[in-house]
Amino acid sequence: MANSPDTPNTYRSGPDERGHFGIYGGRFVAETLMPLILELEQAYEAAKADPEFHAELNHMLAHYGGRPSPLYYAERMTEELGGAKIYFKRDELNHTGSHKINNCLGQILLARRMKKTRIIAETGAGQHGVAVATVAARYNLPCVIYMGCVDIERQAPNVFRMKLLGAEVHQVTAGAGTLKDAMNEALRDWVANVHDTYYIIGTAAGPHPYPEMVRDFQSVIGEEVRAQMMEAEGRLPDTLVACIGGGSNAIGLFHPFLDDKDIAIYGVEAGGLGLGNPDEHCASMNGGKPGVLHGNRTYLLQNDDGQIIEGHSISAGLDYPGVGPEHSWLRDTGRVNYVAVTDAEALEAFQLCTRLEGIIPALEPAHALAHVQKLAPTLPADNLLVMNLCGRGDKDVFAVAKHLGVEM
Amino acid sequence: MTTRIDKRFAALREKGRAALVTFTTAGDPDYETSLALLKALPGAGADIIEMGMPFSDPMADGPAIQASSQRALKAGQTMKKTLEMVREFREGDPDTPLVLMGYYNPIYIYPVEDFIRDCIEAGVDGLIVVDVPPEQDDELCIPALKAGLNFIRLATPTTDAKRLPAVLENTSGFVYYVSIAGITGTAAPDTGEVHDAVARIKKQTRLPVAVGFGVKTPEQARAIAAGADGVVVGSALVNALKASLDENDRAGPQTVSSVTDLVRGLADGLATRETAAVK
Repeated sequence: MANSPDTPNTYRSGPDERGHFGIYGGRFVAETLMPLILELEQAYEAAKADPEFHAELNHMLAHYGGRPSPLYYAERMTEELGGAKIYFKRDELNHTGSHKINNCLGQILLARRMKKTRIIAETGAGQHGVAVATVAARYNLPCVIYMGCVDIERQAPNVFRMKLLGAEVHQVTAGAGTLKDAMNEALRDWVANVHDTYYIIGTAAGPHPYPEMVRDFQSVIGEEVRAQMMEAEGRLPDTLVACIGGGSNAIGLFHPFLDDKDIAIYGVEAGGLGLGNPDEHCASMNGGKPGVLHGNRTYLLQNDDGQIIEGHSISAGLDYPGVGPEHSWLRDTGRVNYVAVTDAEALEAFQLCTRLEGIIPALEPAHALAHVQKLAPTLPADNLLVMNLCGRGDKDVFAVAKHLGVEM
Repeated sequence: MTTRIDKRFAALREKGRAALVTFTTAGDPDYETSLALLKALPGAGADIIEMGMPFSDPMADGPAIQASSQRALKAGQTMKKTLEMVREFREGDPDTPLVLMGYYNPIYIYPVEDFIRDCIEAGVDGLIVVDVPPEQDDELCIPALKAGLNFIRLATPTTDAKRLPAVLENTSGFVYYVSIAGITGTAAPDTGEVHDAVARIKKQTRLPVAVGFGVKTPEQARAIAAGADGVVVGSALVNALKASLDENDRAGPQTVSSVTDLVRGLADGLATRETAAVK
């Protein structure tokens, strides 16, 4: 069912005025939310054009978030794999431990401009939930986080962090108790509280303008990499690699480079236990087909009747049966290569990075790293490869111990 | 084109009575019981039948209808079986309007053109698709209207005067006013606010307006009906059905009657207005 549109002049002009990236994206929401979605679009357009908004955001990104994050030459990983020169974009060093803070700072400033007095969000791994709870604390707004019961168990440290930060964490038991179900529940909250509530969606998905807005807030990652690589090597990178759940860290790294057509770009999906069975992975672009869920048209894991399949991943942050619509479009145009790695490969990469580089990555970027392990040896030594190390693994230590059969 | 829905509202208007619109989920708790219930609804007083197409992720629905969707899917309900159920119903009932309500993805996957064709063949009269707003009308609404189906749109408390014309533009059959900003079967609507909202909508359209979300009792139904052309009752019926199931969600001997008894009570409540009008 893949579409093969003609090669566009630019890959960076989307979405169109109705929120479409090719056939993907759009605004598929209940009427109750439509007026607010339109209001949000206007508010975002106004903020984008307002230098004061950017000044405040940039100030907070630097002094609160800790940007820019370093671009680090991973020397031992490069030696071990023998091939491309590997750099890590160290977004795991941001305040709260992942790239999620970039988007949350942008959206909470927007919520304030819109005079909303209550914040809600969904979370999978809890990284987005922690980032939302953090900015809500900073700006003194009450905050409710929806999280699936399975994720609450496997990401317990983040649940406690959110509660410390003053957020209410609502456990979602519907469905498989993971990110999709948390998003359903957050949308239900939003419908019932539209008058005062701002919904900070954590990934580059959902109804227009969320995919565009989240991408814009995350593009700071790729923009920094451009400047940092010029400084380090005097030229742009050759290869980019990032993991894909909804795809916000990936689109943030990729977007500023999409029109540099010599740069090879890889998005790494969660292959779970393998792509053979749709219940056992979360690789929507490798094993799903286009459909409509959570406000946008995009690749989804689903059965022949259009019922959404829960999927599976070792990583709570990638355990989602869909993906941001811009990735779906980039897949169909062929600009980005979307591949998948398994739970076992990610777990191995997690340990390798820890031992070689002294960096404990989150299980999400461990997927990206597992693909780097396969890719780097096939590339020449002068190939500059950047992998987005989008989150740190403190939250995963207990879950990894369990997978490795270690009692703690 | 005059549809079954148009005819039914016209007939009720002559009697001075509001329509009772019932919602149940197709295939809940199993195909046979659901079909038996469907066939029994008109006799119990349902003027228009709304049948939910089960979906794995019903974002606009509260716990009762979420659970009913899950029961139906677990029992093997599919879009094809839902249309087959309509076909079987229509063989014995040529008059009662039947509207399918649900979410877009199963229709999109069907795909749209085939779905519309099969709806018409089965005897479906209209569609309510929660997550396809006017902004996406060319996807489903326009093709459905062209094929002769009614496309019933939801208007909500957040639909302001500026937006209402866009919501009404391609709506046909009736307008479904969602009485609360929220999900199905949760808060109770404020009758006065609902009457004001319906009056505002009726200034801009000649279509009948039915009110739903949160209507549970005959008293509520009657109060809402005083200012509207129809009342939709869903979660209350689904809850009555659920209460009749055993611990494994299997139907019992009372399953159909537990729902039709409630429908009868609701219909009697609305008929009181008819009696008053005749006097």
